[in-house]
Amino acid sequence: MADFINILGAGVAYGVLLFLMAGGLSVTMGMMGFANLAHGSLSMLGGYIVVMLMNWYGWPFFGALPMAAIGAAVAGVLVERTIFKRFYWGNQLDQVLLTIGIVTMTVAGATFVWGAVPPAVHVPEFLEGRVHAGFFDIGSYRLFLIVFGGALTAAMVLGLEFTSFGAKIRAAVDNRRMTVSCGINIDRLFMLAFAIGSALAGLGGGLAIYLVGLDPSFPVKYLVYLLVVVVVGGMGSIRGTLAASLALGICDVVGKYYIPYLGAFIIYGITVAILMVRPNGLFGRGGH
Amino acid sequence: MTADIVLETEGLNRSFGALRVTQDVSFKLPRGARFALIGPNGAGKSTFINLLTGALMPSSGRIRLHGEDITRVPSQDRVRRGLVRTFQINTLFPHLTPLEATVLAIAQRHGLCVNPFKRLSGCHAEIDEAHELLDKFTFGADGERPTHELAYGRQRLLEIVLALAAQPKVLLLDEPAAGVPQQESAEIFEALAALPDDIAVLFIEHDMDVVFRFAQRITVLVAGQILCEGTPEEIADHPQVREVYLGDGEDV
Amino acid sequence: MVAVPAPGSAAATTQTARALFVRRAAWRWEEIAFWVLAAASYFIFPGHLVLITQAMITGLFVVSLDLMFGYAGIPSFGHAAFFGIGAYTAGILARDWWGDPLVGLVAGALVAGLAGAICSQIVARLHGIAMLMVTLGIGLICYEIANKWNSMTGGDDGLQGMQITPLLGRFTFDIDGKVGFIYSFIVIFILYLAARRLVNSPFGLALKGIRENVRRMPALGIGVRAQLALAFTISAALAGVAGALLAETTQYIALEVLGFDRSISVQIALVMGGMGNLIGGMIGAIAYTVLRDQLSLINPAYWDFWVGLILVVIVMTGTGGITGILRRTVDRVAARIKR
Repeated sequence: MADFINILGAGVAYGVLLFLMAGGLSVTMGMMGFANLAHGSLSMLGGYIVVMLMNWYGWPFFGALPMAAIGAAVAGVLVERTIFKRFYWGNQLDQVLLTIGIVTMTVAGATFVWGAVPPAVHVPEFLEGRVHAGFFDIGSYRLFLIVFGGALTAAMVLGLEFTSFGAKIRAAVDNRRMTVSCGINIDRLFMLAFAIGSALAGLGGGLAIYLVGLDPSFPVKYLVYLLVVVVVGGMGSIRGTLAASLALGICDVVGKYYIPYLGAFIIYGITVAILMVRPNGLFGRGGH
Repeated sequence: MTADIVLETEGLNRSFGALRVTQDVSFKLPRGARFALIGPNGAGKSTFINLLTGALMPSSGRIRLHGEDITRVPSQDRVRRGLVRTFQINTLFPHLTPLEATVLAIAQRHGLCVNPFKRLSGCHAEIDEAHELLDKFTFGADGERPTHELAYGRQRLLEIVLALAAQPKVLLLDEPAAGVPQQESAEIFEALAALPDDIAVLFIEHDMDVVFRFAQRITVLVAGQILCEGTPEEIADHPQVREVYLGDGEDV
Repeated sequence: MVAVPAPGSAAATTQTARALFVRRAAWRWEEIAFWVLAAASYFIFPGHLVLITQAMITGLFVVSLDLMFGYAGIPSFGHAAFFGIGAYTAGILARDWWGDPLVGLVAGALVAGLAGAICSQIVARLHGIAMLMVTLGIGLICYEIANKWNSMTGGDDGLQGMQITPLLGRFTFDIDGKVGFIYSFIVIFILYLAARRLVNSPFGLALKGIRENVRRMPALGIGVRAQLALAFTISAALAGVAGALLAETTQYIALEVLGFDRSISVQIALVMGGMGNLIGGMIGAIAYTVLRDQLSLINPAYWDFWVGLILVVIVMTGTGGITGILRRTVDRVAARIKR
């Protein structure tokens, strides 16, 4: 039982990580209808920014993390302004091809710049041990992820719920045309949403290294996870994305621990079963 | 009398969350009818059409076609049973020619659309029928050009041609002349007036001149409910209708 | 045939209407040129037959994807699954039971087609990104199964020990790849003809309808699920044949036949060649193979970067790949000559 609770904790920590990486993707897919398969590349960039700053320039972990967010946001907005923007109203096949091309480029580019060998990072000492409390025993880093990620998630949900910016985003997810005709500058709104989503992805990437490692194939490895989260959660639904991230994180960790041979299959099985019953995801709106 | 009713709804309701967009709508469409559905913006006219065609499922209520309950029947099967619609916003095949699109609809009727062996160029019956239909609507050489190259008015007409290609018994037209100049709009409605008598037509239209000219009866929908029904004369004299329309002047 | 007035210039008649569909199904010059050159390559490049054969096999694989992606507009990011299933079916059959190449080919097609039929029941119910995700998942699952089922597939080491008997009991597969080339050429050409027949059938028109506007289809009475399921099944079977051909001509199967990279590279080859006209798939496969060869000579580790860049550029400029460029160039030249 104690074992199980600890594994659950690991699953939640993993889920939080997935949520950070997928949250922005869900919003941009729901709002702009833009299928950005290269979202994981932004996480990879965040990860490598942390690695570079720490290992090359001796920055502390908590100094490097914000830079990961900023760097990914800048890169995200740059690509959004120059390339993605032209495809918002286009067909999805083009978006898919375009972004898969970018994934291919970033994977090769990362190999070129940072090499194929997974780098190691040292997190501050207080995050390296374990925390005990009764039979509860969890890695400090995981606990930190849960607390930190939880705070960020709460901020996001509250921000979407209670700020006017959040209201605009929700309106745009609901009905793009209507939002435009209400006089909201949707172009700027998209850019800001994209910047925030990219920042979260970069942050997620920076936080992921210590837990799951980092190498140039990161965007490909996590592509299917991100898509599962977004599709199962329902595009554009933050709560849905959060629920799906946690569920996926827990299922993955629990599955791999108890039935290592079936680990990945369980997730696909559940995903397909959910989609058969609810093709628009758990929290998605019916119809189009 | 009931034997002549082809399409009928009974206490149809639909809500989105707390918003009830269709409220207790009971409606009858007799054989060969030319009925109009009017109402201010947001009255739920398109929602009602979507419920009839199966694009939306009603929260409660029944829909009957030729006396059969079709409330849970999927859209495509309703079309096969003769309940066909057009779209308010052009919903066409941009890179197919009108001819190809029409052949597609006819081939479906003939059960050919899962046949990967038959040569399309050998489907003379379907091609000739499609050509004839397009010819009746004076498409001429436009029938053989990609749809996206055609003038907007032509595309509106193609909406109707595609619906007719499915051989409807009931035709639901969602603002068939939306955005079309008045001259062309008259052409579209004259073409509709000339349809065979065994097709029942229900159309949504904002232009009251057109409605009063072509509709035998008019149903007024306000806030998802039927406000009143009657002949054009009755509707024109109806005090509440006048009030609704004077209150929302842009639609008159 | 009746003389066809140029569209827009004269009235349409029953004759012109019928002629439109004849024209659509007619052999285009780039198709003829490709197949003539492909046949001629046997004599022109006798030293490169193995590579050419592999490129043509990739071509069949790309064509199978074109049916889904180019015609019906349905992305499949796990198409390598069916290629791999075909390859392993033929490979295991030849290793453990029966090495007749034609039997392996048919078995590969059947097993891959069956797998496709099963998957299609899931995929055809979904839309957009969900569809993409599930196909991606199918590819990854198949990879995992082949990777873990060591005793059957040889896992990471690949499948070895295939005993391919001579073709029709007479022609032994030779080291120069002559028999392999002729065998593959004939099989691929026949299947190309079949694919051509398919896209020029009412079913093929329905696939284009799905691509052009899937929302309109139910309003024509077409539920599209039957079409998607059939297209997915046929596409999977074709991919399976391609996989079986590769296994038989190389007599070895690497685990990477099922890899995500292969699913992506086949997409890229399709975009490079041009989507939705079949021959673009064949041409794209050749171009991709040659390009990969050349780029990896320059720098083996990073050639993917340039491939990705080409994909981005093609999508951004909307050129329609090689066949698109060819067609426009020829049209322009023809217009100039007319003037």
